[in-house]
Amino acid sequence: MSWPILYAQLVGVNRHSTSLGKVWLSVLFIFRVMVLVVAAESVWGDEQSDFTCNTLQPGCENVCYDQFFPVSHIRLWCLQLLFVSTPPLLVTMYVAYRNQRDRKRLLEGSGRSSFLSNKSQEEDLDTLKRRRLPIAGALWWTYAFSLLFRLLFEGGFMYALYVVYDGFHMPRLVQCDQWPCPNLVDCFVSRPTEKTIFTVFMTTISSICMVLNMAELSYLVAKAVTR
Amino acid sequence: MPLTPPAEPDPELKMNWASFYAVISGVNRHSTGIGRIWLSVLFIFRILVLVVAAESVWGDEKSGFTCNTQQPGCNSVCYDHFFPISHIRLWALQLILVSTPALLVAMHVAHRRHVDKRIYKLSGRSNPKDLEMIKTQKMKISGALWWTYVISLFFRIGFEVTFMYLFYMIYPGYKMIRLVKCDSYPCPNTVDCFVSRPTEKTVFTVFMLAVSGVCIILNIAEVLFLVGKAYGKHLHTAGESTVGAWIQQKLCS
Repeated sequence: MSWPILYAQLVGVNRHSTSLGKVWLSVLFIFRVMVLVVAAESVWGDEQSDFTCNTLQPGCENVCYDQFFPVSHIRLWCLQLLFVSTPPLLVTMYVAYRNQRDRKRLLEGSGRSSFLSNKSQEEDLDTLKRRRLPIAGALWWTYAFSLLFRLLFEGGFMYALYVVYDGFHMPRLVQCDQWPCPNLVDCFVSRPTEKTIFTVFMTTISSICMVLNMAELSYLVAKAVTR
Repeated sequence: MPLTPPAEPDPELKMNWASFYAVISGVNRHSTGIGRIWLSVLFIFRILVLVVAAESVWGDEKSGFTCNTQQPGCNSVCYDHFFPISHIRLWALQLILVSTPALLVAMHVAHRRHVDKRIYKLSGRSNPKDLEMIKTQKMKISGALWWTYVISLFFRIGFEVTFMYLFYMIYPGYKMIRLVKCDSYPCPNTVDCFVSRPTEKTVFTVFMLAVSGVCIILNIAEVLFLVGKAYGKHLHTAGESTVGAWIQQKLCS
């Protein structure tokens, strides 16, 4: 999973965010992506190879593993991070569209008034590219929608994790009687305590991110109302 | 089971610590001299050692953990009972948490720069050269930035001590035992389970703890240096004053 590519995309978003947005981005990369790659992936690395069932019946372990772990935690978290990172790109796309439109206007305007020198035109285009747009008007709505989508995706994925795994606790022993297992067999999950610790950690950070998003949304609404 | 050499650390893992380093070392510019030493110690003696050496020592911790039984599941359960969370993961979390207070300082500096730029623009000096100078100048650690810096140092010390205590609670005595006795279900009786590479793990645990202690000492020294410097500056500018007046001045600056 090439997280640096995502990082490069999102660093561009940083410029047009509020301060809370910048804090959210740092929390996302340090406490979620980094922890996922550096720690969590090694904990779940042997989840299938070390899933042992008390039977010699071929195929039983595969079937039981598949029944109790339809989607691995790691994949759910990767998808969650990808979905949660995409709404900010809406904001970048809108800013790029605005810049493009203003550039066209500037070039048309300078074409009509021929006394504008080349150098001042270049300077104007440069300032256009580097300026920071105030969050007002259509950009405000785009930003607010991106925050709403972020909240929806975070909540959705947390709920999905809760539903698929019946809570945030990883059991040590699961009992399985799918065909071809002969009877009810005991199957043992590898590193359940460590997995529970990391699930609780990632869920907590997810909730913190949701709180940051809600705070940012209220701040935007308050700013618009006072204006 | 044949003895296999330890696996090479995952290149993507190295790359992610490298990008973490890029983020954190940006803070270096606004640190004191002791802060820069602390950062170097952190990266060379902790992160690098973790990635290059410790991870290969703990790499086969589960596959090399063998119990004296053929009962399926007994290995997994006993491993989980004695190792609720691996040293490597604890160290990774410790390093991430200990490095993040430095970002508080970076955020404060960015905020101050933003405010300075606004002041410059309002006073009419919106020359691009002046604005560039604001971006590159080194902030003096005074006023509110002093407080942010000192608070970030206290957080660092707090996290370090908390993790050292956690280690002591989970792995009493910081020593890795060679043999553990386990009788959780489904193990039939009390079985002997053998930990892989216990001596090497003890050596690395003690090493990482020692470096952690050195980092705590550096942080305490930095706090004392900052407090001493601020007090000295106050004495120099205000002549004879009480400690109370100094504290009041610090709070209002």
